[in-house]
Amino acid sequence: MTQRTEKEVLERIERIRRRPPKITDERITLSHGSGGKATHTLIEALFLDAFRNPLLEPLEDQAVFTIGSARLAFTTDTYVVSPLFFPGGDIGDLAVNGTVNDLAVSGARPLHLSAGFVLEEGFPVADLRRIVASMAAAAERAGVQIVTGDTKVVQRGKADSCFINTAGIGVLERPVRLSVSAARPGDAVIVSGPIGDHGITIMLARGELGIESDLRSDTAPLTELVGLLLDAAPSTRFIRDATRGGVATICNELAEASGVAVILDEEAIPVRPEVRGASEILGIDPLYVACEGRFVAVVGGDDTDAALAALRSHPEGAAAALIGRIGDDPPGLVLVRTEFGGMRIVDMLVGDPLPRIC
Amino acid sequence: MPMRYVDEYRDREKAQALAAKIATLCEPGRRYGLMEICGGHTHTIYKHGIEDYLPEAVQLVHGPGCPVCVIPMGRVDDAIWIAEQEGVILTSFGDLLRVPGGRGSFLDAKARGSDIRMVYSPLDSLRIARENPDRRVVFMAIGFETTTPSTAMTVLRAAAEGLDNFSVFCNHVTIIPALQAILASPDIHIDGFIGPGHVSTVIGCEPYRFIAEERGRPFVVAGFEPLDILQSIQMLLLQLHEGRSEVENQYTRVVPWEGNQRALQAIDEVMEPRPTFEWRGLGWIPDSAMQVREKYARFDAERIFTLPANRVADPPACQCGEVLRGTIKPWECRVFGTACTPETPIGTCMVSSEGACAAYYNFGRFTRLRVRQASSA
Repeated sequence: MTQRTEKEVLERIERIRRRPPKITDERITLSHGSGGKATHTLIEALFLDAFRNPLLEPLEDQAVFTIGSARLAFTTDTYVVSPLFFPGGDIGDLAVNGTVNDLAVSGARPLHLSAGFVLEEGFPVADLRRIVASMAAAAERAGVQIVTGDTKVVQRGKADSCFINTAGIGVLERPVRLSVSAARPGDAVIVSGPIGDHGITIMLARGELGIESDLRSDTAPLTELVGLLLDAAPSTRFIRDATRGGVATICNELAEASGVAVILDEEAIPVRPEVRGASEILGIDPLYVACEGRFVAVVGGDDTDAALAALRSHPEGAAAALIGRIGDDPPGLVLVRTEFGGMRIVDMLVGDPLPRIC
Repeated sequence: MPMRYVDEYRDREKAQALAAKIATLCEPGRRYGLMEICGGHTHTIYKHGIEDYLPEAVQLVHGPGCPVCVIPMGRVDDAIWIAEQEGVILTSFGDLLRVPGGRGSFLDAKARGSDIRMVYSPLDSLRIARENPDRRVVFMAIGFETTTPSTAMTVLRAAAEGLDNFSVFCNHVTIIPALQAILASPDIHIDGFIGPGHVSTVIGCEPYRFIAEERGRPFVVAGFEPLDILQSIQMLLLQLHEGRSEVENQYTRVVPWEGNQRALQAIDEVMEPRPTFEWRGLGWIPDSAMQVREKYARFDAERIFTLPANRVADPPACQCGEVLRGTIKPWECRVFGTACTPETPIGTCMVSSEGACAAYYNFGRFTRLRVRQASSA
């Protein structure tokens, strides 16, 4: 066998990583729901392969299409968070805000939502009443209406208390065309606020760690913040809300789809001390922890200051920060300059069996 | 409580000052192979990009101290077999869930219907046992001396409570025999050791003396923050420069020289050394693991269940053994990054975030190469 150099080995690996994914597992494991590599493999090798069409193909968080003279955005999401109630919100807030945000980050004004409930036999009506009230309040805050729905009840033990699916449509009134494949070298990578609050709140709320904190979920609608950004930075290329898989996953999707390098500066990434402390204890990186009210945006380098000023003018964006730049090399990879001054790769998450967070 | 204690150990200016000292201690033309024994160190090294501060002459060699990495496939299969028995709940630390045995991983077994639950501490298993009196709860106990005391304490607690539906499947290993095995292999090039900080909080620094005095390798017990590791490297190079070979303790804020006698007593009360134990990639090593004593037999899953105890040979392509001994770098393995990736690991080193291959694949790929190219350009 000829001796390969480190560089040759690494280049070969990158070629292999670009091959179309294949599902090798015989059964669904929790990794397939983690938002990391296994989820991507499942989506690309199974769902995309079966449903393939031009609207689905870009694998954005929403489909944007034209009907008559209207450009519409359409999306859906399912919520299985445990516990159902947590500091800062509950499954009802999430189910509205999550879908509203998937519409808003395309540049759309969210209009109408559907709501489907899967309820377990024995689930307390008082809890359902509380969840529905949160949904109504969240819908009002986000300026959307829940206009259609469905209810199913399954036998005790066949589902865990309450699952919710919401779908939503919105209208694009701006001429924007945001895309995960639109980033170019020289662009700025911006995050709209401190990351990881939601995911860590949920992990602490499960009570398994015995850590007390005042941390709250960041669940919130992002429509206004997106509007401010798009008005201030016409060069905005891409926005995505950093839910499951966190900022790291978005940056990886961006690097791959745009064929660019994403170079982050760890010191610039806003992370609350409580989130950082809990992440250290749990051995996880806040970059992978879910948010429910934060987005990552890519704007042209010249618009960086305008974008940050606009975001910081809104209470939800007060801690918005420039966290990195788009480079050209190495394409498809995310690197971070560590606080310590070294460099490391930030890869797609490999199915860490974390609890149900959304 | 604000948790900001880590920042002072991640200061860039201090790092640069240490890096400058390290560079001056390197003698021209000499290469230094330093093994970090502990997987926690491997993880820190890659996560913070510590190699970027080191001169080319200093090569870090990743050692065997990743508990998940050294579990042989047969033991994973045995644990899955236990989980498949009627009424059993198997509890495990999260990083073991994806480790492949001969018949897949715990996650695969869970998908087939076994009740396998992730816990953060063995004491969580006791809670599960209390809440499920009609089930048998088995804790998959793994790890070096760092985690052995908590397993021993859990058994003692179960005994005090009379919690007879709880047992442990004991896979605890000990670091010294593994180091002896590594030092005995002919193909190693190690000039000094970065010693395991957490293990040493329990066993202290004295057991490493033979490495410094008989084997002539300096040994520095190190903490887990990036500056700890850089300082330990500097201490090792200083010893080599001055021709000394001693055991030193960099991690004095946590590690007492004599270790933790209470923890050692708890281990000794509940467990005894096994005659021999199989290590992934390193083979059978005498006196290298612990088993539950006869006195606590009712908490010993190996006595409660008649385990199939199938031996499963490591996949022929896997070179985890050579990686764990430090004789090859992760990228030099035949299957690294191609057939063996974090998504579809063949070897255990690719599974845990403390495994040398996973750490290199996830964090280190390209970066050192690029820094080198950039600095030579």
